[in-house]
Amino acid sequence: MGLTFLTIAFLGYFLLLFLVAFYAERRGRSQKSIVNNPYTYALSLAVYCTAWTYFGSIGRAATDGYGFLPIYLGPTIFAPLWIFFLVKIIRISKAQRINSIADFISARYGKATLPGVVAAIIAIFSTIPYISIQLKGIVFCLDILSGQTGKVNSDIPFFEDSAMYISVALAIFAILFGTRNVDPNERHEGLVAAIAFESVFKLIAFLAAGIFIVYGIYGGFGELFRQAYAMPEVADILSFSQADIQGESWFFLLLLSGLAVLFLPRQFHVAVVENTNARFVKKAAWLFPLYLLLINFFVLPIATAGLLHYNGGAIDPDTFILQLPLDYGYSYLALFIALGGVSAGASMVIIAVTALTIMLSNNLLMPLLIRSRQMKSPYLSEFHKSVLGIRRVGVFMILLMTYGYYKSIGQQYTIVSIGLISFVAVAQFAPAIIGGLYWKRATKAGATAGMIGGFVIWAITLPVLNLIEVGILPQSMMTEGIFGLSIVQPQSLFGLDMPDQISHSAFWSLLINVGLYFFVSLSGNPSAEEIAQADYFVNFSKYQKEGLEYEIIQREANFDSLRLLLIRYLGEEKVDNDIKAFEEKYKLSTRGMTLAPTELVNYLETSLAGALGAASANVVINSIVKEKPISLEEMLKVLDQTQEVIQYSRQLEISRAELEAATRQLRTANEQLKELDEMKAEFISTVTHELRTPITSIKSLATIISDQPDLDPTEKTRFLGIIMTESERLARMVNQVLDIEKLQNRKNRRLEQTEINLRERIEKSLSSIEKLAEARGIQLLFSPDKAHYDILGNRDHLMQILINILSNAMKFCANPGGQITLQLSEADDHVQLSIADNGIGIEAEKQELIFEKFTQIQSGQTGKPDGSGLGLFITKKLVERQGGSIWVESKLGEGATFFLKFPKVE
Amino acid sequence: MPFTNPEVVCSMGKDLKTVLLVDDEPNILVPLEFLVRNKGYRTLTASNGRQALKVMEKVQPDLILLDVMMPEMNGFETARQIRQNPDWANIHIIFLTAKGTSEDKIQGYTSGGEVYLTKPFDNEELLNTIDETLEFG
Repeated sequence: MGLTFLTIAFLGYFLLLFLVAFYAERRGRSQKSIVNNPYTYALSLAVYCTAWTYFGSIGRAATDGYGFLPIYLGPTIFAPLWIFFLVKIIRISKAQRINSIADFISARYGKATLPGVVAAIIAIFSTIPYISIQLKGIVFCLDILSGQTGKVNSDIPFFEDSAMYISVALAIFAILFGTRNVDPNERHEGLVAAIAFESVFKLIAFLAAGIFIVYGIYGGFGELFRQAYAMPEVADILSFSQADIQGESWFFLLLLSGLAVLFLPRQFHVAVVENTNARFVKKAAWLFPLYLLLINFFVLPIATAGLLHYNGGAIDPDTFILQLPLDYGYSYLALFIALGGVSAGASMVIIAVTALTIMLSNNLLMPLLIRSRQMKSPYLSEFHKSVLGIRRVGVFMILLMTYGYYKSIGQQYTIVSIGLISFVAVAQFAPAIIGGLYWKRATKAGATAGMIGGFVIWAITLPVLNLIEVGILPQSMMTEGIFGLSIVQPQSLFGLDMPDQISHSAFWSLLINVGLYFFVSLSGNPSAEEIAQADYFVNFSKYQKEGLEYEIIQREANFDSLRLLLIRYLGEEKVDNDIKAFEEKYKLSTRGMTLAPTELVNYLETSLAGALGAASANVVINSIVKEKPISLEEMLKVLDQTQEVIQYSRQLEISRAELEAATRQLRTANEQLKELDEMKAEFISTVTHELRTPITSIKSLATIISDQPDLDPTEKTRFLGIIMTESERLARMVNQVLDIEKLQNRKNRRLEQTEINLRERIEKSLSSIEKLAEARGIQLLFSPDKAHYDILGNRDHLMQILINILSNAMKFCANPGGQITLQLSEADDHVQLSIADNGIGIEAEKQELIFEKFTQIQSGQTGKPDGSGLGLFITKKLVERQGGSIWVESKLGEGATFFLKFPKVE
Repeated sequence: MPFTNPEVVCSMGKDLKTVLLVDDEPNILVPLEFLVRNKGYRTLTASNGRQALKVMEKVQPDLILLDVMMPEMNGFETARQIRQNPDWANIHIIFLTAKGTSEDKIQGYTSGGEVYLTKPFDNEELLNTIDETLEFG
């Protein structure tokens, strides 16, 4: 295939990419985003599958069989955890406008510069070789299709080197769509759309290749594998035993790839920075593994086919996917497949370069620049334009470094090994990030020490080792160790041998990293700013739920100078929009404001962090704010107690309410007591009055009888009768007063309750009053069935109740022709007794009153009340103490019926 | 059952002074009536204040022996109403009651009573008081 044609085809592909990106940006501007959905999000995550997947996996499968798999199994295994873990990272990042993984680490550890610098350096050092390998992959496609294999790239002058032009094209793309604006929170829709498009493109291309090779060449899986099993050296790769991978290797590869899928700079960029909605993670957690499954489906079949076709590897297995269609004369299909590979490489380069550029400018260049600028004059130039300038220069710097690496040593590595080396490097972020999210005590020093330690071990055990192997560093280092320390041997550090170098490096670097992270964190004390950020990150849900802004440190600034300062970095329009948004959010006007409050300072700092990174924004803002001093102790107190204070104040609220309720109850009780006291006084005065009356009568009459011996006998008999009646009344009254006293004293004591046959009791009470009733001509009517009507109660009290009600009825029933009717009935849980008389009846208003103390109504028999007014009161109390109730129904002139209700025996 | 008609009981006799006995307890009216009549006065009885006033409209007594705690109209109120009528200015009022606190006594005097006796009373003392009140009061 001619080079010109190929160049046109490649350019055409890039043009298509540009169009997709432009289209997406335009749609995004008119609020009809094609990026804002979980499918695009999942596809953008597939930037994970690079040229390495496309070509390298087949190469690996051709030698190791299933050995290519762990890199894809790791993310699949860890994906369910994203729902908690990744979502938290995304939410925090959105709230703090974090725009790179280095920024995340910097922000978590007190917005400090140092951890960000270390993280950025690790990211850049580990990613540049990785990017260069993608360039190699793209060039590799060109070479195979044009048939120019075997040429050594370093011999070509750069102006003739296709890699050079590809780099420039990718740089332009990254500049146009990745560094279009300063605030990455105004996301890069074009970039994401292009990546998603490329993910679809590479998947289709790879599947097309697989289908062509399996079905087109071999007529299906059956035939392919039948032929493969016929050749033992080919059949080997189809069995797991051939997979040249040990247990430890599996473990480390799964772990590393599980971490890399989030912590590689480009992965963090698409998964967190470019994420438009944290809820998409839920869907992506199964869509992304599905994508991995699809794209890996044909890896082993293609490798098998290649081995069969080329008789066990006459050519590089990485090229099988292109060579097979070419050999069968399908050059356009080969071109299509090659473009799939190009898209896999290009998407990785674009995102990685964008992510690295943000880190380079925000975490490395910006802090330097701000510091030097502040020394001179902070408000001199329109800095925000230079921020973009720095970014653009950054893109070229990164690609230049990549190209340089590609030209010098990049040629020596296979695609797979460079990828894995990068994986181990970014795994060094894991302790600082994961620990930072869940361990409040972690410090800046601990995170920095851990990352540096891990990075150094990584450098010794992987890049240095490789440099020795390719002959750039002296071979003697292998045996004698680095720096002349025999214990520091790149291949077996501290004398430990592992089945492969990746596991060896991962084991030692992560062990040292985690160890330093913990011990250094625990041995030092975090600063106030660190504690504030630690609390924000670890207890993020608290800040969200309570709507709390993290604003532990009180900072104020002159409003005008704050605004001017920000305009330097962000431009006037953006700053005024931010201030407007602040006003809306806090319902606070900034008109005529001289001193900007803490909330505004924090708000604008967050906005600035989007452009400069957390650490630099912090430095810029702190240059003009007056910080109200706050001691570390205060700070610790505030943070430790926030939660407690909230709980405590809730408890206080509860106890306040309880107190109020208690006060109310006390007041009521007091009033009741007062009332009771008054009632008692009244009771006593009433009782004395009631007692004095019979005594007066008795005393006076007795004196008369005694003084007048010649008293008329009839008169004397009459007087004696009165004396006897009044004496009885007196005795009855005393008994009743004693009853009341007993009732009140026994209020809290348990009453002795037994099973009582109510019918029998009624019959007994009736017989005791029979004679009296007969004397007064009163008819007693009671004709129950044979049922027992067993109730639970106190025998003596029941007797008293019945006698009281019956004598009451006798007193008030018609005269002559008195009639008292008793009736028993039974319900589910109680027995009811009604006692009806045919007397004068009780007025409706008095029906309740009669159960009170000292209320009397005129007796039908005597025309005059002759009771104490205590009888029914006592009766009611007694009934209630048995758990029963009593009430009366009556109409004036038609008699009265008393109802008694007692609980039944179960 | 002992029974005293609560309506007016009037034992006529010339030149005899008349005493109105007011109490809601028939069994107290019985000894009072016996004692006062035996002493040579005419007696009238009423079972509450309202009844007493009704009786007085027909027959004006010289002295009233007045209970305090009675239904319909109590003794203090009855005394007050009697004192409001200038025709009854000469009628003596003696309270005879079970209410014996000093507040009760003060209320008794302010409402127009001349003597305040408490139940249970001494027969002789009561009669002497009635005599003295009628003679010197």
